[in-house]
Amino acid sequence: MSKMRTMEIMVGAFMATGFVALFFLAMQVSNLSTVTESNGYSIKARFDNIGGLKVRSAVTMAGVRIGRVTGIAFDDNTYEAVVTMLIDSERKSIPDDTFAKIYTAGLLGEQYIGLDPGGSEDYLGDGGSIPLTQSALVLEEIIGQVLFSKAEEGDVGE
Amino acid sequence: MIDRLASLGRIGLGSLERLGRGHLLLFGIIGGLSDMVRRPRLLIAQTHSVGVLSILIITVSGLFVGMVLGLQGHYILSQFGAEETLGVMVAASLVRELGPVVTALLFAGRAGSALTAEIGLMKATEQLSGLEMMAVNPIKRVLTPRFAAGVISMPLLAAMFSAVGVIGGYFVGVGLLGVDDGAYWSQMQAKIDLREDVFNGIIKSLVFGVVCSWIALFQGYDATPTSEGVSRATTRTVVHSALAVLGLDFVLTALMFGED
Repeated sequence: MSKMRTMEIMVGAFMATGFVALFFLAMQVSNLSTVTESNGYSIKARFDNIGGLKVRSAVTMAGVRIGRVTGIAFDDNTYEAVVTMLIDSERKSIPDDTFAKIYTAGLLGEQYIGLDPGGSEDYLGDGGSIPLTQSALVLEEIIGQVLFSKAEEGDVGE
Repeated sequence: MIDRLASLGRIGLGSLERLGRGHLLLFGIIGGLSDMVRRPRLLIAQTHSVGVLSILIITVSGLFVGMVLGLQGHYILSQFGAEETLGVMVAASLVRELGPVVTALLFAGRAGSALTAEIGLMKATEQLSGLEMMAVNPIKRVLTPRFAAGVISMPLLAAMFSAVGVIGGYFVGVGLLGVDDGAYWSQMQAKIDLREDVFNGIIKSLVFGVVCSWIALFQGYDATPTSEGVSRATTRTVVHSALAVLGLDFVLTALMFGED
């Protein structure tokens, strides 16, 4: 009987350790502790080109993450990308003349949306949209522009 | 010529027959699961021998696999100046692939072979027939608890493997090679998704648990009841389990992570 008891205790300890390991993976390794998607409000922004932006990309203000991209759609009429963002509910005061830009983290890193607050006293609510946007920088376009301007300089020099 | 054809046919029929017997056995085992609830003692005893006694090999292997991942990952990533993503690399490869797969391989070697030898010897010494004579269904009484114990133990062992591996990678990456402490964890938390990565890994290890236990029990139950037959069945368990795990891993990975 007591042998059975020690066995029961050891099996109990085994299962508890297994669940602790699962809990560790969920809390410490994955993003469960950083996700607060359930509460928040969504705002929209239109971009000419979103580059490599993806759903779940970060939305930051002053470098602090305040939300996530929840949807990317294409508007057939204006040929623009419509990006839906979910902003954390604690961040209530985003001016309605905020400027949304798409940045790249590092040289080859992921792209994210950076919000530069404007000076307006009116704040964006649920379903609001950001009118001022700047598209993602596409590396090929920049290189093309540099080459083009260099060529022009060359023409002037002669 | 005709003889050759006949022997080929015999091989084909034989393997089909074995496949059929294996599935019938699986249905029998699953049919006995409802009885398990009434007799948890059997399940506890088997979880002890299958799961608890495997903890040591699983955690030690997990620690070393994590440490090697830390070393190798740092070597590659430092060439791109991206040492900070070491945590992501270690955690993703452990949670998605190495945790479930290496655990299943170790499980087949540690617990699966023991199960086959045990059942095969029970059959060779006619203990299973003895049970049947006493009107006890040996599948429900002997095989089902072992099967359930394997299926329960595998995800827990895989989770331990991954968790210990992440810590092992932390020791090497942060402690030895000087990766930033905060970057290791924060990059990991930012990139590893609970549903996409961790849950899919658990699903994988559940599937491997079913497959490894099933193969081990079937090989034991189907063994030729001689000492040579049991030894051959034990070898087959390890080989078949390893092949099945690696093959299934590819299929599952293609289904889960194939299209992003």
